[in-house]
Amino acid sequence: MPEVLKAPLVVEFPFTRSLGPVQSAFLTGLRERVVLGVRTRDGRTLVPPVEYDPVTAEELGDLVEVAPTGTVTTWAWNHDPRRGQPLDTPFAWVLVRLDGADTALLHALDAPGPEAVRTGMRVRVRWAAERTGAITDIACFEPYTGATPPLTGHDGHFDDAVTGIVAHARLDYTYSPGRAQTAYIDALRGRRTVGERCPACRKVYVPPRGACPTCGLATSEQVEVGPRGTVTTFCIVNIKAKNLDIEVPYVYAHIALDGADLALHGRIGGIPYDQVRMGLRVEPVWAEGARHPDHYRPTGEPDADYDTYRELL
Amino acid sequence: MTRDIAVVAFAQTDHRRTSEDLSEVEMLMPVLHEVLDRTGLKTADIGFTCSGSSDYLAGRAFSFTLALDGVGAWPPISESHVETDGAWALYEAWTKLLTGEADTALVYSYGKSSPGSVRDVLTRQLDPYYLAPLWPDSVALAALQAQALIDAGHTDEPALAAFAARSREAARDNPHAQLRGPVPHGDHLVRPLRTGDCPPIGDGAAAVILAAGERARTLCPRPAWIRGVDHRIEAHGLGVRDLTDSPSTRLAAERAGAFERPVDTAELHAPFTAQEVVLRRALRLDDTVCVNPSGGALAANPIMAAGLIRIGEAAARIHRGESDRALAHATSGPCLQQNLVAVLEGDPR
Repeated sequence: MPEVLKAPLVVEFPFTRSLGPVQSAFLTGLRERVVLGVRTRDGRTLVPPVEYDPVTAEELGDLVEVAPTGTVTTWAWNHDPRRGQPLDTPFAWVLVRLDGADTALLHALDAPGPEAVRTGMRVRVRWAAERTGAITDIACFEPYTGATPPLTGHDGHFDDAVTGIVAHARLDYTYSPGRAQTAYIDALRGRRTVGERCPACRKVYVPPRGACPTCGLATSEQVEVGPRGTVTTFCIVNIKAKNLDIEVPYVYAHIALDGADLALHGRIGGIPYDQVRMGLRVEPVWAEGARHPDHYRPTGEPDADYDTYRELL
Repeated sequence: MTRDIAVVAFAQTDHRRTSEDLSEVEMLMPVLHEVLDRTGLKTADIGFTCSGSSDYLAGRAFSFTLALDGVGAWPPISESHVETDGAWALYEAWTKLLTGEADTALVYSYGKSSPGSVRDVLTRQLDPYYLAPLWPDSVALAALQAQALIDAGHTDEPALAAFAARSREAARDNPHAQLRGPVPHGDHLVRPLRTGDCPPIGDGAAAVILAAGERARTLCPRPAWIRGVDHRIEAHGLGVRDLTDSPSTRLAAERAGAFERPVDTAELHAPFTAQEVVLRRALRLDDTVCVNPSGGALAANPIMAAGLIRIGEAAARIHRGESDRALAHATSGPCLQQNLVAVLEGDPR
């Protein structure tokens, strides 16, 4: 079989997320170099603060300031930082219980090496030079042997609180379509369309995905179909898609290629949109250098009889 | 409980570092065929189908829909999907059979980690406000847990190395495992965890068939009866939890009936060596229990299938008569955040 196809696939998404009152206060506080926790009814202080008590599920909103200094409760040495992590030089991941808090915050600790880190060591916040109201306003922690600084006395109320964050994410993949779809795409390179036949029901699926969805059996027998086909159903698109260089209205159709038992999708051209009809006989039109048909146009043959494609609707 | 429900068949792929020559459904098809062949059932005979997988591994939305081609979803079938390990799909199928709505169920799950970087991919399951922007990867979070256990005196690096060696030695008898026999303990990946403390990254799939009552006896000479299943979750904030303990596992085990009588086998989903320390303590397992005779997740950890495989391996031991009462555990999320425990029994001999 031909070598399987591969292509880079990047998934990027900047999620815009709104903050509730507790997270808004905490992240605004970081922007102002103040660390806030939330007090539970039984007197614990949770840092970072959450909106609901993890033990009782009671709603929380009593914000209290804690110190920017604290104690490492556990750590792990990261000698090879990865993209997006807080430091690009080797660092320790740490859980830090800030002075005044009862729970620990995850962040990075800037230290010269693993021998300089231990559970129980004292650390303090190193603030980012530019702060926007995000967890990354804490650039990292750093070793600290001084006294706990006095609190600023902040009550957790801000006039210009941040109300949202943009959470950027990017993941990199190498996409491979697998055996059946690789064969389909390879055939398209020669302007041929191949499907696969189910060993049980004998239906030919285009594009093939390696399994018969009716019988639940693996397929492998390749069958060339088309190039001509029949419009089984269609719709008229009246809204222009962004970045799409096609004038509206245009027709988007299901096309049953000759020999196929499943209709595929395609655009219909070379005929006014309001003259496209079920049963219209069409053939593919290839653009120079394209990997798939640009659209399908009428062949000029008489329309197909309804009974020849009624099972493919 | 009004009905007895059993695992009557189990199949899994060979787990490999990459299966780029196959799409998800192509990887899954042989496993679906095998598990059906073991019972003589056809896809059309199945009363309920449930699957587990993750779009983040595939990098595509609704990726599970393509796998539905493999189960014959036309004419319409009763089907559901969970966006997590297939062990949770099995839980859903078990409850469906308990209602009497179906007598048989096909449960499958699969994951291809090879297209992406699984350490980065798994950061996207973290809280998006306080954790995900820092990109703490799955090995780093497991390493924090390992250090907490070392500080607490529950383990040390040599003990962790012994867990790794025992798992991969056990996997010698498992033809599907990705890592078998001696594996170098290696350098630190994120200290204190070395490469040998971490699971292999790989692609794979698994499937089981459940059946109720007398139907189970007709499909399998020695059904693995599910005596209980329960799953529990802990706070998402890592700094809220005691990482040296797993109260969610303990509670799930208690509710699944695991402590009512001793088990002889335990299949634990502990992708990192240190997590076995936590689970053994939470489940009160002593040296009389055969832990991970399959090699466990340290020998093969196809994400989204590794938990279902624990249930399948435990059931297969009962089918073969090598176990009479087995415990299976599955986990999801960082540092054993979510835990499922199932208790399986064979008929008395």
